Amino acid sequence: MKRRLVNAMPAIVLVAALLGAWEIYADSGATSSSILPAPHTIAQSLWSNAGLLSHNLSVTAEEVALGLLLALALGFALGVLIHLSPALRRACYPLTVGSQAVPIAVIAPLLVFLLGFGLLPKLIVIVLICFFPVVVTTVDGLAAVDPDQLKLLRTLDASRLQAFRFAELPAALPAAISGARIAVTVGVIGAYIAESQTATSGAYAGLGHEINADLSSLQTARAYAAAVVLFAFAIACFYTLSEVERRLAPWANQSRGDLR
Amino acid sequence: MPTELQPRAPSTPQIARANDGISLSDVSRAYRDQRGASVQALASVSLHADHGELLAVVGPSGCGKTTLLELICGLQSPDRGVLQCSPAALMPQRDLLLPWLSALDNAALALRIAGLPRAEARARAAELFAELGLEGFEAAHPHELSGGMRQRVAFLRTLLSGKPVLCLDEPFGALDAITRAEMQAWLGRALEREPRTVVLVTHDVEEAIVLADRVAVLSPRPGRLRAEIEVDLPRPRSRTDAAVIALRERALSALGLGAAAGQEMGMRTGMDSGTAAGMGSAP
Repeated sequence: MKRRLVNAMPAIVLVAALLGAWEIYADSGATSSSILPAPHTIAQSLWSNAGLLSHNLSVTAEEVALGLLLALALGFALGVLIHLSPALRRACYPLTVGSQAVPIAVIAPLLVFLLGFGLLPKLIVIVLICFFPVVVTTVDGLAAVDPDQLKLLRTLDASRLQAFRFAELPAALPAAISGARIAVTVGVIGAYIAESQTATSGAYAGLGHEINADLSSLQTARAYAAAVVLFAFAIACFYTLSEVERRLAPWANQSRGDLR
Repeated sequence: MPTELQPRAPSTPQIARANDGISLSDVSRAYRDQRGASVQALASVSLHADHGELLAVVGPSGCGKTTLLELICGLQSPDRGVLQCSPAALMPQRDLLLPWLSALDNAALALRIAGLPRAEARARAAELFAELGLEGFEAAHPHELSGGMRQRVAFLRTLLSGKPVLCLDEPFGALDAITRAEMQAWLGRALEREPRTVVLVTHDVEEAIVLADRVAVLSPRPGRLRAEIEVDLPRPRSRTDAAVIALRERALSALGLGAAAGQEMGMRTGMDSGTAAGMGSAP
């Protein structure tokens, strides 16, 4: 516990310094508090709106979690298919890369138009954003299996499927989760975009909707408070996935002291 | 990309089995290097090992030793010559244990691939764990094992493949001198209990003499048989034994090394691939 605190010290100091500078700047009266509220105002808003914000967080968290799981499943499956079939690789890879260049902010309203205001269009946006890093890391993970390892399996008369099961799959799974870890932070942005485009009513329509509604009604402090929650949520997701990866692949973390 | 699966020509059934041994006559093999140039790895090599024999192959780096083992294990086919081999299992130079499997599961890998249920495969591997001095490390993962222990697990995996021929590619090359000596003694004992035909590739001439029934000396690329030395000495052998030292000198001089290189070479030059191959045929 003490070591963890020591490890977290640089981050704490940096955040405190940034908040301090922000506080001083906001209090100096250089900008209006409706544009840049001071950190203490945001903290107050966070406290007094805890119920509303945690409700909205649960909506966003559900979307991100579902979207990420779907992206992980789809991305992993596509990665495996791309790895096994060179033809499929040539067919799918350019399209997969291209999917990342699609401007989500343009696509999101179209999806709502097509699919309505439910969960589905939001999920599609999140999956669209998240699955690419999963595909790339899965393909790399599968390709990184030592060719000598596969040769050895052949001398033991392993079938292609057995080679996949014993050597390639276990190597690729943590890689895919590593991809999901990269994906989750942008996935949170995806959730924000999807919610700000799709939710038209209701107090609990997600943090993205909350931020947009607050900004347009000049409740800037609450918008910032919602953004802080989103921010903390993204960090929590990242570290949770790091932990999952560490548990799944303890052998891969022998020489990696990062991100703990 | 994964290595493409090639047909396993040399060990296909239509090629007669050499009675649980191996036999190569006039085998040549070339491969393409990264630039696409053809490199002759082996040139007209004739070798054989009968059932239960330990054949050591020594030679300088790049004499085609790895190619030789891959031919025997059916990972490559000869360009010319005839190769008769019983099914062979490879113990590669690097242990290549799967990092996500425990020591026991790694040892049992061949049995799992052969279709045994996990529990049964593990039970059969566990029986041998104590014998090989690995007891208590069943659940340890490869990164938690010492180099010597990893090699033993890799050897057990090779042994449990149940194949009559074992190809050991510099099994002790990466170990420190003390561990290597221990492992050599251990291998000798393990093979007494589980006799197999063994092809042991090594850089270490002394190791070859101490362990083998016969030592084949290969020339630099393209690999040709320079000499074949019969080691008819009682086991266990000591490396300080006069007879061992004498044979080591013979092998070293065949390699063009050693104190007696000058005079021995003169005697040995007549022994090139063709003539040497006929020597040392076991009863």
